[in-house]
Amino acid sequence: MKPSTSTPDTQPWFPLEERPICCVPKPFIEVEQLSLHYGQTRAFHDVTLAINQGCITALVGPSGCGKTSFLSSLNRLTDLIPGCRLSGRIRLDGLDVLAPQTDVIHLRRRVGMIFQKPNPFPLSIRKNLEFPLREHGLRDRERLSSTIETGLRDVGLWDEVKDRLDSPALALSGGQQQRLCIARALVLSPDVLLMDEPCSALDPLSSGVVEDLIVGLRGRYTVLIVTHNLAQARRIADYAALFWVQNGAGELIEAGTAKQIFENSREPLTAAYVSGMRG
Amino acid sequence: MVNTLERHRDGREWLASTLVWIAAALVTATFCWLLGDILWHGLSHISWTFLTAPPQNAGREGGIGPILVSTALILGVCLGVSVPIGVGTAILLAEFTTDANLFGRLTRRSLDVLSGVPSIVLGLFGNAFFCKTLGLGFSILSGGLTLACMVLPVLIRSTEEGFRAVPTGYRLSAAALGLSRTTTLVHLLLPAAVPGLLVGLVLGVGRAMAETAALIFTSGYVDRMPESLLDSGRALSLHIFDLSMNVPGGDANAYASALVLVVLLFAINGTASWLAGHWLHRRIVTI
Repeated sequence: MKPSTSTPDTQPWFPLEERPICCVPKPFIEVEQLSLHYGQTRAFHDVTLAINQGCITALVGPSGCGKTSFLSSLNRLTDLIPGCRLSGRIRLDGLDVLAPQTDVIHLRRRVGMIFQKPNPFPLSIRKNLEFPLREHGLRDRERLSSTIETGLRDVGLWDEVKDRLDSPALALSGGQQQRLCIARALVLSPDVLLMDEPCSALDPLSSGVVEDLIVGLRGRYTVLIVTHNLAQARRIADYAALFWVQNGAGELIEAGTAKQIFENSREPLTAAYVSGMRG
Repeated sequence: MVNTLERHRDGREWLASTLVWIAAALVTATFCWLLGDILWHGLSHISWTFLTAPPQNAGREGGIGPILVSTALILGVCLGVSVPIGVGTAILLAEFTTDANLFGRLTRRSLDVLSGVPSIVLGLFGNAFFCKTLGLGFSILSGGLTLACMVLPVLIRSTEEGFRAVPTGYRLSAAALGLSRTTTLVHLLLPAAVPGLLVGLVLGVGRAMAETAALIFTSGYVDRMPESLLDSGRALSLHIFDLSMNVPGGDANAYASALVLVVLLFAINGTASWLAGHWLHRRIVTI
């Protein structure tokens, strides 16, 4: 297991109660009885979960238990999948996410998403950030370049790429590409960042860099991260939620503070999973 | 025992590779023979005068100037009509309909049928519809429109494949960034799908340039310099057909015209693959 480098409070296997509480717990996203069907297949059902503002919440569980589907329903990316139906309620800072009149473009600007596989556009590094910014109405050249610089500095990429902003983004390494994707989401100044296994396609070293970056986002953004790496969840999460497949559909088994889930769980399944006995 | 087995295996290997080599050699030899024949008989007649002068004495003498102009105009009409319609339909099929969608399935099926229609049938259709019903007469416009009907299926299917080859990740990440569907289409998907479009264009233009049957009934035989799109004009392939079939003593000019046609096809093919390889790549990276 690789040691985390930046802040002392993210060292692995530290006693969880020593971590400072990142904020006054205040629900930012409230999910009530959310279910999702792909045609006849249920992906997950009856999930009720509150996600606190400014904290890192980790979603853990085995593959196919609906974690990624749950994540994509929060920015309504599931709309893109034909035959996909959502029922239940999601409130994001008072906004009814699932209401038909909700402006998804505006919603997705507030809720950024990072995917498992880094997916920069086949454009230059600069254009990757400039293109979404321009689309959202920022056209002033000076402000564009300063926003781009801030975005790249936020993810620690500026010094690595400042001399080759116009070279193709696809020529960057995997870890750099993933950080570019995070920067691309951050420059739109979202409130929420959804991360779908952001480190799993990266080598251990780049994975560590990206993980430190995520820890640095605590307090400024509400972060939801899906991860299969329990050690990582333990290192970075303030809250955790365990999903599991039951009766052919994903279900939320238990949610709570990281300390509760990892050390003092109520459900035997959670205890078995986090101790490595199941899953 | 072991030796027998090995000999048997070696024999089979030898047979298989020989058959494959013979097949490949046959294809190459046919092409070389064809090209060599055209070059041998045609090259000596090629000159600047031949390319620019009007034909005389039913094409036995003179050049192919007006015919080249007519061919270019027919091709221009064909592409001007088929590219916008083709790209539009391909976008609809690839981005806005699912595989289960009835309308999409119907469109795809009709395109497959359309691409199998013999060109002579399309020629008769073009004559009945464009020349007579729409009253365009024997004209470059009728010919170009008929060719567009012929080129559309291959253009649409190949452009659609181009769109489908774009990784889903682009669409997802663009949507997750709050980019509208139109923006995603114009700035990300279209540039990425252009190689598919180019392949379709090359196949389509190749088919259109070589087409004879569909043009006999639509753009006509007249070998004068066309003055407008409503004039009749003789396409290059039709000129070759006429010289070799109907005009005794026209063989030499038929060969020379065939050579011009082949060179044009090579040039179009080469330009398209050069575009796909260099210019597009640079454009996608730096727009």
